[in-house]
Amino acid sequence: MNIVVCMKQVPDTWAERTLRPDDSRLDRASVDGVINELDEYAIEEGLRLAEANGGEVTILTMGPDKAGESIRKALSMGADKAVHLIDDGLAGSDALQTSAALAKVLGRTGFDLVILGSESTDARMGVLAAMLAERLGVPQVSRANKVEVDGTQLRVNRETEEGYEKIEASLPAVISVVEKINEPRYPSFKGIMAAKKKPVDTLSLADLGLDPGDVGLASAATEVVSFAKRPPRQAGTIVKDDGDGGSKAAEFLAAQKFI
Amino acid sequence: MTEILVLAEHDGGTVRKVTSELLTLARQFGEPSAVWIGAGAEAGRERLAEFGAAKVYVAEGGDVEDYVVAPIAEVLAGLVERLAPAAVLIAASGEGKEVAGRLAVKTGSGVITDAVELTAGDDGGLVAEQSIFGGAIIVKSRVRTGTPVIAVRPNSVEAVPAPAAAGIEPAGVELTDAAKAVRITERVTAEQSERPELTDAGIVVSGGRGVGNAENFALIEKLADSLGAAVGASRAATDAGWYPHQFQVGQTGKTVSPQLYLAVGISGAIQHRAGMQTAKTIMVINKDPEAPIFELADFGVVGDLFQVVPQLTDEIGRRSAN
Repeated sequence: MNIVVCMKQVPDTWAERTLRPDDSRLDRASVDGVINELDEYAIEEGLRLAEANGGEVTILTMGPDKAGESIRKALSMGADKAVHLIDDGLAGSDALQTSAALAKVLGRTGFDLVILGSESTDARMGVLAAMLAERLGVPQVSRANKVEVDGTQLRVNRETEEGYEKIEASLPAVISVVEKINEPRYPSFKGIMAAKKKPVDTLSLADLGLDPGDVGLASAATEVVSFAKRPPRQAGTIVKDDGDGGSKAAEFLAAQKFI
Repeated sequence: MTEILVLAEHDGGTVRKVTSELLTLARQFGEPSAVWIGAGAEAGRERLAEFGAAKVYVAEGGDVEDYVVAPIAEVLAGLVERLAPAAVLIAASGEGKEVAGRLAVKTGSGVITDAVELTAGDDGGLVAEQSIFGGAIIVKSRVRTGTPVIAVRPNSVEAVPAPAAAGIEPAGVELTDAAKAVRITERVTAEQSERPELTDAGIVVSGGRGVGNAENFALIEKLADSLGAAVGASRAATDAGWYPHQFQVGQTGKTVSPQLYLAVGISGAIQHRAGMQTAKTIMVINKDPEAPIFELADFGVVGDLFQVVPQLTDEIGRRSAN
């Protein structure tokens, strides 16, 4: 089975993240880049499905040079190879453009199953799996908390607001997974050594036959008009519990008309 | 008047609160029409009328109900093509955002997710406000290609009634086979609590590491019930197995914007703050005065939650009884 896991490098969520004043884009240079945490579950699920059903796991990333570090980490977890879509012309692309570029790569690599995390922790849109499926014309199941493959049959439990749905679709397909689906493995020493020799194919816009005029900030379908730091919240009232902390809290709630 | 499409969220008759909010929002910029997918439109019609839906476009039957996401996007895309609305508003739920993504690709339009406010820009077009990086930055964005597809976060605006006709019309969209590629074989409903849904709730009470174990979450639940609130939990608490994952508030869980958020025994790591920082009023109970969550508190109690929470619950009960 040919499994492709889409992975994004994001700024560490423990760091303070900012936008750049000149073009309103995320400042990626000043913070450590890490694998989007939610993508680690996608990588793990890809590895488990390949172990159970046979096949290869390819990591697909679009991003700058720096994203190469995250690709190595994913390879050290056990993925077989990677494709790195890297081109300055892609900078500032919105979801619509990103999905178009990734769909183009997937058309080249081919796939039986594409796996994504449920969202990235920086942009948090949660739309990419749906967009890719739409562009590729294949079934899509999002927010999977259980995945089984039986030949070309895909059975997934999909989380909903009310519980879950049992879903059937056939491969090839695109799925996204939620964090409760598995426990991602840590790279082993052996895995880290092996990762150094695994192939990483780099692709540019020209390699894909994409027009630089169709991607990147200048032609994005959405644009940032302005941004500002949220004004700090007004300092609140903090009291120390001297046996009446609960009553004081109730007084505050009553004054605010919550009770 | 310009038409704005609002995708109705419902459970087969009962309209979710967020839909009334979206209709209220849409009225500022044009005439809202609801789009109803699945059965129950007649039952939901009254509520849609109350909040100003001029029309209700209905698509029902097995074709739309037994398949996932794609049919909804296809119905909306068909309506966008036929009606050329000024925008499509969708609730920013997990599924809502998927529908938004597909609709954007189908119609070649820009999509903005998790908007918390809409205003009119200089050119009269919609400007969406988002709160990003855990609420640290407020961004205003606009769609400059196609029909703006905007997913709006629940609880962002107050729903205000303004009656309209809510005339029912068939959506009149034929589904393609591609839309039927993903079939639902069974719907499993988790044990339903009497409490409000987390992302919809006006008040949320969340417990964290300080709660100590699963049994102690009963304290959090009692406090929540005294306020008619939903219960949430920090990642530390859900990872420890003290409370089910679906109630996790934070970066990797649900994002809530209630009127009141009570954080109990939660230190306030940025992961948690990302999911609750836009709450209107925040109350904190924590024994560590240095906990970063106090920076967000409108009212904070430094103290042992096992003393403070029962006292607070009793006091709320006493005051409510009067």
